[in-house]
Amino acid sequence: MPEPILNIAGLDAHYGDFQALYGLDMTVNDGEVLAIIGANGAGKSTLMRSISGLMYNDPGQISFNGQDISGLRADQVAAMGLALVPEGRQLFPSLSVEENLIIGARVGRKGPWSLSEVYKLFPILKERRNQQSTSLSGGQQQMVAIGRALMANPDLILFDEISLGLAPIIIKDIYEALPGIVGGGMSAVIVEQDITKALSVSSRVYCLQEGRVSLEGASNAVSREDISRAYFGIK
Amino acid sequence: MEWLNALLQGALLGGLYALFAAGLSLIFGIMRLVNIAHGDLIVLAAYLGLTATVATGVHPLIALVLVAPLMAGIGYALQRGILNQTLGDDLLPPLLVTFGLSVIIQNSLLEVYSADPQKLDAGVLETASIPLGPLSVGVLPLLTFVVAVAVIAGLQWTFYRTSLGRAFRAVSDNQDIAQLMGLNRRHVFGLAMALALAVTAVAGILLGVRTSFDPSIGGGRLIFGFEAVIIGGLGNLWGTLAGGVILGVAQTVGAKIDPGWQLLSGHLAFLLILAIRPNGLFPRVS
Amino acid sequence: MNAQDFTVTRSSYAARMAAIIGCVAVIILIAAPWWAARADMRLMGEMFLYLALASLWNLMAGYAGLVSVGQQAFVGFGGYMLFALTIFGGLHPIFAIGLAAVFGAIVSIPVGALIFRLRGAYFAIGTWVVAEVFRLGFAQIPALGGGSGSSLPVGIVKSLAGSRQSREWLSYWLALGAALVVVAIVYIFLRSRQGLALTAIRDNELAAGSLGIEIWRTKFVVYVVTSAMTAMIGALIFLQKLRISPDAAFSVNDWTAFVIFIVVIGGIGTIEGPIIGTLVFFALRETLADLGTIYLLVLGVVAIVVMLKAPKGVWGLIRTRFDLQLFPLGHRVVRSANQNGG
Repeated sequence: MPEPILNIAGLDAHYGDFQALYGLDMTVNDGEVLAIIGANGAGKSTLMRSISGLMYNDPGQISFNGQDISGLRADQVAAMGLALVPEGRQLFPSLSVEENLIIGARVGRKGPWSLSEVYKLFPILKERRNQQSTSLSGGQQQMVAIGRALMANPDLILFDEISLGLAPIIIKDIYEALPGIVGGGMSAVIVEQDITKALSVSSRVYCLQEGRVSLEGASNAVSREDISRAYFGIK
Repeated sequence: MEWLNALLQGALLGGLYALFAAGLSLIFGIMRLVNIAHGDLIVLAAYLGLTATVATGVHPLIALVLVAPLMAGIGYALQRGILNQTLGDDLLPPLLVTFGLSVIIQNSLLEVYSADPQKLDAGVLETASIPLGPLSVGVLPLLTFVVAVAVIAGLQWTFYRTSLGRAFRAVSDNQDIAQLMGLNRRHVFGLAMALALAVTAVAGILLGVRTSFDPSIGGGRLIFGFEAVIIGGLGNLWGTLAGGVILGVAQTVGAKIDPGWQLLSGHLAFLLILAIRPNGLFPRVS
Repeated sequence: MNAQDFTVTRSSYAARMAAIIGCVAVIILIAAPWWAARADMRLMGEMFLYLALASLWNLMAGYAGLVSVGQQAFVGFGGYMLFALTIFGGLHPIFAIGLAAVFGAIVSIPVGALIFRLRGAYFAIGTWVVAEVFRLGFAQIPALGGGSGSSLPVGIVKSLAGSRQSREWLSYWLALGAALVVVAIVYIFLRSRQGLALTAIRDNELAAGSLGIEIWRTKFVVYVVTSAMTAMIGALIFLQKLRISPDAAFSVNDWTAFVIFIVVIGGIGTIEGPIIGTLVFFALRETLADLGTIYLLVLGVVAIVVMLKAPKGVWGLIRTRFDLQLFPLGHRVVRSANQNGG
């Protein structure tokens, strides 16, 4: 059994006195697409922030490609090949669309993704390349955010609630592009509130509830009932 | 004619004030930090220029080659060593720490150089002038203005056309997400301060050849730079040049009316603009 | 356990003890002319005036979030008002001091309206510009000595009190009185509804705004009151110095740098802080001042270190360690003495 690309063991996370994650255990296997679902406040975004290095964690709780990244800064984690498409897009308003994409490549990692490849994936962005990034529609901004993460040629890409605030048809388009994104052997974690979408693209799923894992299984094997119970914390 | 000359002198003086302001504006734009010690750093640069010229015998403007990198290094160390710790939502720490820094720099300069006024000797440049129609323009003021324009153009170019500038803008927009791009914000802020102090070095040397200086004049230079920024409008470097020119003209015109009114007219012009156009003349939405 | 077992109170044992000790201390200080040497009385007078200035700066910066590096504008203004009103207005000095406060308030209104257009650090520098304008402006007035300043005429000095000794005693009591008045006003203000609003603003401007508190107005009132009282202290200061000049009146070092140092070291945003800070500052001054610039360097370094490592100052450290509040501002819940209610 090959090493998982991401291994989380006993992860705790706190905001001041408030504990958001309680001893979380989780793995992401190399090349797989993993879904993480859960209600608001379940700890999904906290998990993303911890993994990507935006939040401080005690040593020994997160390892990526075999290395302990728990205490590393976000820029150090990024350099190792882990990219995050943050919740709410969070593009740089002072940068144009193209500059947002270019800055994604700053970590300097080699790989299949380049500016021209991203424009092939999302042609509309090429049309709008010199526009101020925040003047785009929500769906287009999401494309920029995804493209920006891809430009880093990561080994593992994290999608944090990419369907939030988008119209259903846009969400459909983006999810249709997803296999093309992760097809090249990239591992992915998709955090979603839209359970159907999450299950449709992933091979395995975790459900978080109040900072703990309440369900783990194959995406095509978990029942609606199991998910409801795990989602809302009904025993 | 005298008035035309005053206008011209004032406009050229504006170039020097724009140089005072450029570093201030850059740092505020990138990290929302207002450095109260900024004026004292300008004076520090002038003193470093003095030591450089005395030690090596070169012309002050050539001494820039030594002083600018030195100031840049000081800026990087200052930012990473002290100022990075003050950044955050609370407005008091950066203000009070840079105020303390101002006191330290002033008194260190007093200790090392004494309170005697000093001046950098630019030789022939100081008295040379070029005829411009009925007026004659001093070479040094003209050179200062040209340098100011060049520095601002250079900063704009850096900001909008280089990867360093992209990094500055990204970190200024959103520190967290910039980190996700592999940018170490502490390092980026250090580079920003290094760049700002390199500009400050230019300002200091040009100040030093123009007038005599002593450790106590830092506060006044900070105020001129600040006034130029506010008059011109926040977030706009070319606006800062305009602000400097307006300030310079106000001062020289005031001096024409009465020599004792020079500084006061500048401040009054500033307050007037603050009253009628609080966002400055050419603000950029920030 | 029910609600009757608890009461809400402001004071604590420590606060009550401190109040008692404080009263005794004040009585002792009032009696100083009978036990202290002349030089000591002058020193204490200076300390009281700095305490007053520091408490006022602290009210503005620590509570209202208005950091000013230009309070010297009003110190100098008050000083010049004293000279102008006594020399040209023929007013008694003490009356002139009171009037200086009134004029300080009046002047601070248009000044405030102007610089309140600036935010944060730019506001701070704006206050400095105003101080410069005052300095340059007063230097233009020949009747008040222009750039080199003037001395308070002997007649006016004598009108304060007949003998030199009684003048010194009066100066001392005025300084002590001013310090007590300022600290009392700050304390009472912070206990009031406005004061609560101020603390709310300090802690979270966004949240305070959503509660409908008029942020701008409260801060403006604080600015005007602080400036007025600062002018009053300025008048007192120059009554003691007997001589005024633009550079002395509007000195950044004397009236801003030292004051900031006192507040930062003592503990910004607390009433006890300036008291401690004044003691520390003068202790340092009496021991180090011979060293001139080195002394100022040390001050600067200490201020930076405190700001970075112990931002709440000496009093902040004590307060967190011992959960102490000598000037009771907050409310606390304590068990009632009477368990049966009634």
